[in-house]
Amino acid sequence: MAHTADHPNRRDFIVIAAQAFAGVGAAAALWPFVHSMNPDASTQALASIEVDLAPIKEGQAITVSWRGKPVFIRYRTAEEVEKAKEVKLAELSDPSARNDVLPDKAPATDANRTKKGHESWLILVGICTHLGCIPKGQSLSDSKGEYGGWFCPCHGSHYDTAGRIRKGPAPRNLDVPPYEFTSDTRIKIG
Amino acid sequence: MASHESTYRATTRLGKWMDARLPMARLMHGQFVDFPTPRNINYLWTTGGILTFFLVLQIATGIVLAMHYVPSAAEAFNSVEHIRRNVNYGWLLRNMHAVGGSMFFLAVYIHIARGLYYGSYKAPREVLWILGVVILLLMMATAFMGYSLPWGQMSFWAVTVITNMFSSLDSIIPGLGTRIVQWLWGSYAVSGATLTRFYSLHYLLPFVIVGVVGLHVWALHVVGQNNPTGLDIKTASDSVPMTPHAVMKDAFALSVFVILFAWFVFYLPDYLGHHDNYVEANPLSTPPHIVPEWYFLPYYAILRAIPDKLLGVIAMFASVVILMFAPWLDTSRVRSSKYRPIYKWFFFLLVISVIALGYLGSKPPEGAYVFWARIFTAYYFIHFLVIMPIVGVIETPSNLPRSITESVLGAGGGPVKVKAPAAPETR
Repeated sequence: MAHTADHPNRRDFIVIAAQAFAGVGAAAALWPFVHSMNPDASTQALASIEVDLAPIKEGQAITVSWRGKPVFIRYRTAEEVEKAKEVKLAELSDPSARNDVLPDKAPATDANRTKKGHESWLILVGICTHLGCIPKGQSLSDSKGEYGGWFCPCHGSHYDTAGRIRKGPAPRNLDVPPYEFTSDTRIKIG
Repeated sequence: MASHESTYRATTRLGKWMDARLPMARLMHGQFVDFPTPRNINYLWTTGGILTFFLVLQIATGIVLAMHYVPSAAEAFNSVEHIRRNVNYGWLLRNMHAVGGSMFFLAVYIHIARGLYYGSYKAPREVLWILGVVILLLMMATAFMGYSLPWGQMSFWAVTVITNMFSSLDSIIPGLGTRIVQWLWGSYAVSGATLTRFYSLHYLLPFVIVGVVGLHVWALHVVGQNNPTGLDIKTASDSVPMTPHAVMKDAFALSVFVILFAWFVFYLPDYLGHHDNYVEANPLSTPPHIVPEWYFLPYYAILRAIPDKLLGVIAMFASVVILMFAPWLDTSRVRSSKYRPIYKWFFFLLVISVIALGYLGSKPPEGAYVFWARIFTAYYFIHFLVIMPIVGVIETPSNLPRSITESVLGAGGGPVKVKAPAAPETR
């Protein structure tokens, strides 16, 4: 440059404006590349399933696949429900209900983890909140852990009969997916 | 040092014609034939050549394997078995590629330990060292994604556990970690979409490694090689030409190393893997005990030693990144631990800690295993953050030889007049 001004001049402005324009353009051009890696339309289309609960007997549990994730459906016995209700919130390491349809602050009471009128049904995403293993406890012969719910064999997390974390490294209760009862014996997950 | 005068002379007409247009032969001659190499480097300095060999081998075997492998959740597992059973020499190529990964890490860990012991990270080799840590990180990413491709139970659950580490960001900004993990997966769980992108990146990253290795070698040839004394090359007698001296030494060490490699390839191809990976991936059933490949066990032990999920992940990544700061954490004015009577012992303690963490990483995370994993994790970080800065200040180094030549020939060998036996000419 032939001269240097000691205050910003028109050329500085043009250079900065051009750089900003190119920067925004580059970022915008990058977005399709980044977004193409997000879950695609066909994956999202599988986002809801219906499950018939009629064949499940009291005390039994089944695992269904929803969005590629295992969902635990357990028909809890009266004692298991009672045991889950007795627990005081102060005893829980994660006091949040972790229910998709409730606000984050909702307490992790048994009522907030199930649907009103269907308390014997517990429906959870069967993925340990630590590092994503599938906890044991679905089959009758499985170890259900110290609290009678589920036990994750990978790093030793124990969940109770409402799927709440009670012992071990997992930070959160098992998630309750969004679901609704379409009739007394059918649910729609997602 | 690097700014030596090349002895390259183009002799043929084609050679002269080319030398005036693209002097590639001159470059290669200057950097790999008459490049001055310290005359006292020991066999630990052959790991660079061994690593180059394995990088080329992994790419060569990988390109051929990719012609037979099918990256889809339905076909991946079967296609690996197809390679092993039906493809001509598929068993050999697959075994070389799988075992080659392990050998690559074995060599790189020896290479890093050598750098730490002889102070190869210290000025003026900081950039060289940092590029090396970048290569290590790229190697780890490549190996991790490559391990997912056979789509066995260990592949699937290793991907699940490692990608889930990013969900720990949920404890900083709720939802952020989940978004990132779903973006990595391309789905709501590890799926075929995850496999294909890992395959794409597993093919890409080795070429990125080649690029960074190029920078690493460039930086090495600007500052010159370190050596067991940690002294710089000061006179012609301190160095010998790379060819044939260092090259023959490299070739011999490589031959010995390849015997070890061949022993695994031909006799124990699955010894370094895990039998659960011969069960096809099942998203609804977790194997009872998930362990990574042996070369990731120390990091895995650090991850599990810390009871908090986010802090565990941070500590694991920090254990690699901390290496980048070694040039500034080490306050000693002496490079080589050979002349550092106190630090030397702490270095061996660090090596023992890393090996112990590797052992503990293979054990279930309970009882005494967790206790010891915490002790050794603590030592690992204390070593870099406390011992390196403090020992460098309080320690009195032992007497250094006056030159590389003196360290080889003794003080009686005359100060610097001794001429390297096979030096082609005086400079």
